[in-house]
Amino acid sequence: MSAKATLKVFRGDAEGGKFQSYEVETYPGMVVLDAVHEIQAKQEPTLAVRWNCKAGRCGSCSAEVNGKPRLMCMTRMSHFEEGQPVSVAPMRSFPVIKDLVTDVSFNFEMAKKIPPFSPRPREADGTHRMQQQDIDRIQEFRKCIECFLCQDVCHVIRDHKKSNFAGPRFLIHLATLDMHPLDTLDRRELAKDEFKIGLCNITKCCTEVCPESIHITDNGIIPLKERVVDDYFDPVKWLMRKVAGGPEKKKAKLPVISDEPLRGTFAATPLAKRGEGE
Amino acid sequence: MAHTGSPALAPHTKYETHEHDVLVIGAGGAGLRAAIEASASGVSVGLVCKSLLGKAHTVMAEGGVAAALGYVEPRDNWKVHFRDTMKGGRYLNQWRMAQLHAMEAPDRVKELEEWGALFDRTPDGRILQRNFGGHKYPRLAHVGDRTGLEMIRTLQQHGVHCGMQVYMECTVTRLLVDGDRVRGAFAYWRDSGRFVVFQANAVVLATGGIGRAFRINSNSWECTGDGQALAYLAGAELMDMEFMQFHPTGMVWPPSVRGTLITEGVRGEGGTLRNKDGKRIMFGYIPELYANETASAEEEADQWLRESTTGGASKARRTPDLLPRDIVARAIYSEVKAGRGSPHGGVFLDICTRRSAEDIKRKLPAMYHQFKELGDVDITKEPMEVGPTAHYTMGGVRVDPETQQSRIQGLFAAGECAAGMHGANRLGGNSLSDLLVFGRIAGLHAAKYARSHAAPKLDPEEIEAASREALAPFNRAEGQNPFALHEDLKDKMQTLVGIIRVEADLKKGLEQLARLSEAVGRIKVDGNRHYNAAWHQAFDMRNMLVVSEAMARAALLRKESRGAHAREDFPDMDKGHFSKVNIVSKMTPSGMEVREEPLPDVPAEIKQVLEEKE
Repeated sequence: MSAKATLKVFRGDAEGGKFQSYEVETYPGMVVLDAVHEIQAKQEPTLAVRWNCKAGRCGSCSAEVNGKPRLMCMTRMSHFEEGQPVSVAPMRSFPVIKDLVTDVSFNFEMAKKIPPFSPRPREADGTHRMQQQDIDRIQEFRKCIECFLCQDVCHVIRDHKKSNFAGPRFLIHLATLDMHPLDTLDRRELAKDEFKIGLCNITKCCTEVCPESIHITDNGIIPLKERVVDDYFDPVKWLMRKVAGGPEKKKAKLPVISDEPLRGTFAATPLAKRGEGE
Repeated sequence: MAHTGSPALAPHTKYETHEHDVLVIGAGGAGLRAAIEASASGVSVGLVCKSLLGKAHTVMAEGGVAAALGYVEPRDNWKVHFRDTMKGGRYLNQWRMAQLHAMEAPDRVKELEEWGALFDRTPDGRILQRNFGGHKYPRLAHVGDRTGLEMIRTLQQHGVHCGMQVYMECTVTRLLVDGDRVRGAFAYWRDSGRFVVFQANAVVLATGGIGRAFRINSNSWECTGDGQALAYLAGAELMDMEFMQFHPTGMVWPPSVRGTLITEGVRGEGGTLRNKDGKRIMFGYIPELYANETASAEEEADQWLRESTTGGASKARRTPDLLPRDIVARAIYSEVKAGRGSPHGGVFLDICTRRSAEDIKRKLPAMYHQFKELGDVDITKEPMEVGPTAHYTMGGVRVDPETQQSRIQGLFAAGECAAGMHGANRLGGNSLSDLLVFGRIAGLHAAKYARSHAAPKLDPEEIEAASREALAPFNRAEGQNPFALHEDLKDKMQTLVGIIRVEADLKKGLEQLARLSEAVGRIKVDGNRHYNAAWHQAFDMRNMLVVSEAMARAALLRKESRGAHAREDFPDMDKGHFSKVNIVSKMTPSGMEVREEPLPDVPAEIKQVLEEKE
């Protein structure tokens, strides 16, 4: 029962680092996160790793296991060939803080730029009525656990860091809002100009790594792209919509975000802004 | 706003300072809801959390949020919900909290919908509600089996646009107090280890539970009793600490996932508990208190399930599989002890013979996924193996039911880290509604308090002492490994202060906790302060030991079995003395003082509601 496994874990920080080998005893059902915890408890108490629920629900323990973006808590050690070392590295698209922990504040900054949900008024009886079949598709998107593996694997984010491309996670959020039966804002112009949906060329890498199996591209990004294109480049559809009527949505603007750190703002407190200390 | 320490300090203590009217510690459902409410009233709000935003243990809540909306069963209303809650808590609840909760929960759920939450729908397009343990009618608004995720994401997405400042991955180690008045908090950034001082008029604690003190638990690493310990160390009182809920259905195999939660929603959707002989076990464990309303045979139980889930009013009585959690957890414990358990020391939870594979995948997708990936079990084809897992603490900071303020002025608490709402046992679904209702109340009153009081002055001495305490583990030549001490604590709490308790064990437990406390004072940490896991663990250990001691002492004092607190040496519920008191713990110069406190009087009109038959 007490088989052994070798893990090659990245140890280092923003300055650089290297992979270090550790041997751990395995047990039934063991996942990569268990193995990392074994190392932390018995060999390297300062080893940094982020985790919370260890049940695939919180999306904290994202890493690259044998080069593949995965949740460590949902990756069984038995998944790998015995005797072969398993490499565990931090997500590549985000700056390393220490060991397996990366600075993902980019995502929290992006989240606050998206104009929030703005519902239509309630029915006379005080309820909002929606049919289950009309929300099935966005309930799929709402399964997102914000592990940011889709952001990690997205080559647009990897290659065009300065472009302000929102990335799959936030295009899915925009799609959710766009398809929400109660919402009254039209965020398509922002999707195009601000969040750069046009940069996505549908390689579907994000869909492949999603631990919640959300069809990010097929069900979310592609329909959103089509609706953005319809609005801007298809005069026939534009005219039909004008003639047919239907609920007209208000054009959304970017929320006002001040850099002033204390009042009237949300800030995820990125590393660079943090105060002096010892 | 950030600056380095004041000249009065020793030169080595550097920190940044942030000022807020209201500081909320903890960013799960209760903390986010409190921060939203305080922000909405126009004060400056800081929200501090140990993890990234949106990762708190609320994401793990599965089955639903209890609110008497009456969409599926029109006969439901706040009075029925209130009665169910008080009965489930064996009447030790603070009646006023249970009342406020039952009355306000429907509005809090509707408000979430206003902020973008997408609950499952009824055929006529309203919010769908499901059956759950101890709730007379289908009452839980839900999203499949990921209700907590929907809630936290909704609150997070709404909250970030409400104008609050969020301090992520920042751990508070001490509340700063001036006598019996809070004035802020001392914290460190987890990544850099640098110190942060928060100056605040009011502080809301919303830090969740203490499950990590037990070997088998369903909790995430954060659930280390921080709020309870911070409040206690600042001079506030803890209450009802003897009541630790063991959820009946945690995974038991494989070892890697032992304790991981399986939602009560499985039973809400028709799942049944069976022993190794295939017999449904719960018919043998119906207590007198619930006998009148519980089906005594399989036909009636199944009739009830069929009728109540299809929208009709059932004349049949409820299935015993949905008795309150304390009863079900002890039933499983007894079956296993009697040798009728499953191969890995649990019992079987069967949904595969009760619902179609398609239904299971649609209503319980996370359960399906979890067992397939982590347990090699296809729950549409095989039963699950389940057993009790430490899940939720009914006890916590003693608060005023109207405002959620503790005995320390300006210090509030809400959600799992506060006491009073659930009494001796919480009903499933009542925690998500608890954190919405009391998160809001705490945020509202904290803002009110902050507006009507001048900003308190910080005391450099107090900050210096907090800094010394924080750095002590680095300054020891040799000492204890915090991870090893944690393993030790988990074993002791599981075996000596666990699901069934007895005086000799509790006494032994207190001796072990004293030994561990002493050892925690000698923790040695190597390396530097940069994202140092061992250092972080050292604070978690201090907090867990405070809460564990309160739990063991209160458990020793309560000489009866009631709700989640079961004593082998006092197996019956006391109809006399112990039905009239809560147990309160407080720090004194000579150590922890534990005493009894009479329950507040129940006014006549509330008594009438409790006795009403609908």
